[in-house]
Amino acid sequence: MISWFTYNNYPFFWKQYSKKFKQKQPKSIENTRFVVLDTETTGLDIINDRILSIGAICIVNNNIDVADSFEIYLKQAAFKAETVEIHGILKEGKLTKLSEADALENFIDFIGNAVLVAHHTAFDIEMINAALKRMELPKLKNKTIDTGILYKKLEGKKDSHFNLDVLCEEFNIPKHDRHTAAGDAFITALLFLKIISKLKKERNLHYSDLFRVTGKEGLL
Amino acid sequence: MKNTIAERIYDFLKNFPPFDVLEKEQLFKIASNVKVTYIEKDNFVFKQEENPHEYFYVVKDGAIGLYRGMDNEQILVDICDEGDIFGLRPLIQNDLYLMSAKATEESVLYAVSVEILKEIIQTNEKVKKFLIASFSSNIKTPYAKGTNGQLFANIEMHTSNTSFTEIQSAEFSKNPVTTLKTSTIKEAAQIMSDKRVGSILIVENKNPIGIITDKDLRSKIATGLVSIDESVTAIMSSPVKTFKQKITVAEAQIAMIKNKITHLCITKDGTTHSELIGVLSEHDIVILHGNNPSLLIKKINRAKEVTALKYIREKTSNLLLGYIEQNIPITFISQIISEINEAITIKAIELSIEEMDKEPPVKFGWLALGSQGRKEQLLMTDQDNALVFEDVSPDKYMPTKQYFLQLAKKVTEKLNVIGFEYCPANMMASNPNWCLSLSEWKNQFDTWIKSPTEDAIMMCTIFFDYDLVFGDKKLVNAMSDSIYDSINSFEIFLNFLGRNALRNPPPIGFFRQFLVEDDGAHKDQFDIKSRAIMPLVDAARLLILSHNVKDKNNTISRFKKLIKLEPKNEDLYLSCIDSFKILLQFRTNQGLKSNDTGRYVDLNNLNKFEKLKLKGCFKPIAAIQELLNIRYNLAQMM
Repeated sequence: MISWFTYNNYPFFWKQYSKKFKQKQPKSIENTRFVVLDTETTGLDIINDRILSIGAICIVNNNIDVADSFEIYLKQAAFKAETVEIHGILKEGKLTKLSEADALENFIDFIGNAVLVAHHTAFDIEMINAALKRMELPKLKNKTIDTGILYKKLEGKKDSHFNLDVLCEEFNIPKHDRHTAAGDAFITALLFLKIISKLKKERNLHYSDLFRVTGKEGLL
Repeated sequence: MKNTIAERIYDFLKNFPPFDVLEKEQLFKIASNVKVTYIEKDNFVFKQEENPHEYFYVVKDGAIGLYRGMDNEQILVDICDEGDIFGLRPLIQNDLYLMSAKATEESVLYAVSVEILKEIIQTNEKVKKFLIASFSSNIKTPYAKGTNGQLFANIEMHTSNTSFTEIQSAEFSKNPVTTLKTSTIKEAAQIMSDKRVGSILIVENKNPIGIITDKDLRSKIATGLVSIDESVTAIMSSPVKTFKQKITVAEAQIAMIKNKITHLCITKDGTTHSELIGVLSEHDIVILHGNNPSLLIKKINRAKEVTALKYIREKTSNLLLGYIEQNIPITFISQIISEINEAITIKAIELSIEEMDKEPPVKFGWLALGSQGRKEQLLMTDQDNALVFEDVSPDKYMPTKQYFLQLAKKVTEKLNVIGFEYCPANMMASNPNWCLSLSEWKNQFDTWIKSPTEDAIMMCTIFFDYDLVFGDKKLVNAMSDSIYDSINSFEIFLNFLGRNALRNPPPIGFFRQFLVEDDGAHKDQFDIKSRAIMPLVDAARLLILSHNVKDKNNTISRFKKLIKLEPKNEDLYLSCIDSFKILLQFRTNQGLKSNDTGRYVDLNNLNKFEKLKLKGCFKPIAAIQELLNIRYNLAQMM
């Protein structure tokens, strides 16, 4: 439990964010707002690497809503030249960039109490939590879904473990803008819709089925 | 702020009309407000008669079939693939969906808000024109189909407001004149006279139970058959044919032709057990439509001489042209054109019999062969026909044969005058080889089947698709039975027929290029008949023969029957039906454009969309040829 004193010291946006979780949330897949997200980072080290950009797009009632999407680039103090070839984000590019704190504030406003979806969620969430920690804020409160784990719920896929590229092939999703945060978020959103659709066909799918039962065994 | 996803959607949409004529900012606004949706194969985007969504749709990946329900059957009207838009008309016209949209493969759709589009229409004249043209011709992408000239022609047609398309809902008379079943005929007639109408409906609890028309009064009352004091139920036609409000003119025409009726009742839910809200009479349609098929058929039946028939056949060509321009489903068109062709042939035979000195000495049957026999003949092609007559004793054989040859000669001459040219290969009933007695035909088929030379197989492919146009059904049934007996006793015949069906390879070559003719007058042209249409026709014939199914002479109905017989191959056969319809329409278009049989297509004159559409038809051809290859073990015979 956080003390009243600590809570009072949180910035306004975080208080607003926290309030949203006190509202009653929908318990059906159709009425839930899912925010599918992806982060591009300087590397895989939660402590030392930094978020370069966040892309996110929302799904309501099986529709990906392009108007409700989010794309932001972060200013970098530390810069690792070796990952530039993967994500293509230069230290001083033409893109408008925000400070980590401003970017996170915008992101928190955007996601609200939505259910967060990502491919290998654990990593993205940990990166965001690490950034929040630097801002002296607690961790994200949102429920999360990992499309990698959701995929395993499909018949005959129990022991499969695939990266996004392989699943794109399997689900026939064009790999446009791969390795940009927004592009990957959009690809993951399509993947999410297709897996949900297949799951619905295989069984009577309930909202609660989407969330993993056991601990946080992600990629990490 | 950067918006990678919207940019990607922008890049896609800008390639397709009407988005290609939008200003950059306009299109970007659309792209950044798109909703992306995924739909699994066989799921519906929307269903006929549903209230319209707030969005219309653009196909990003996959394919969406547009279906129209009629007589409990879902008729595929169109297939939308990459870049096609659908579901827009009801949004703009504030109407229910007239068709159902179902994914024929898994699809990703972009849903575009109609509100944004409405804003744009206010300011962008080109978009407005595109949309008006789309509605009036009901084709998805008019830009892709023809020149701008045609497009503007369409707009004029639409804005003049006097034009009428078959897909439009038919206007019916509301507040129909009715009476109760307790009324007498005299009372009913009085009401009809007072209201100056030609028909009256008999209702019970507001539901229509019968109809009396002028014709009933003429044939049943004026002749003294029934007394005018009897109840209306004594002469009413019952039950009546009922339809929903949304019936289109094309559907109404077919329903009238099919049921040989002149009035359709419109009820609330389309069944006889619901409230009557209107009547649609043939007259209503005639007023709206000059070239009316049922009217043409009536004229045919009344024709006293060949020149009248010739005139009607020319009218039919106009009708066909109109139908094709309006993109009426090809199955509707071929049904109507076949009916008319058949009626003309029957009339030509009746006129010829009148000219003969005496009545036919024995029963006979006039057979249409080839594409006419399959009821797939749309353009004016050659006549292919044959005649079968009842067996007679040897001494009577020669005079009998002479009689029918003379009759056939008269009929073929008339057909030639009407516009069906003589068959260059002389495959006509006036040829002594094809004017035979029943046992001669049986022997002929038996010989072809048991010594299947290349010529014999060729003959089989023509003669197997016969359709009785006039005369005795029993004779023809006996002929069919004997063909199946012969095939059953000599099964390898089907393998020969299979080899013949594969003589034209799938029309796509290496690097997915079209295979064109190498030499001759049609060098570098694509032979759509023998390379695309015939492989499907041949395959359907072979498979239906192998199942011993009779009375299925039409390629589409053959495939439909095959789906019932081999449910496991449903997808393949359905795709064959789709391809066949598209190819038939393509060929008819070509023929009308170049005023010939439409057989050879000049690929250079096709645009990208047409080429893609055509190519899309070839996959099922390759697939069905593969199936024949395996089933008849044809690799070994080649």
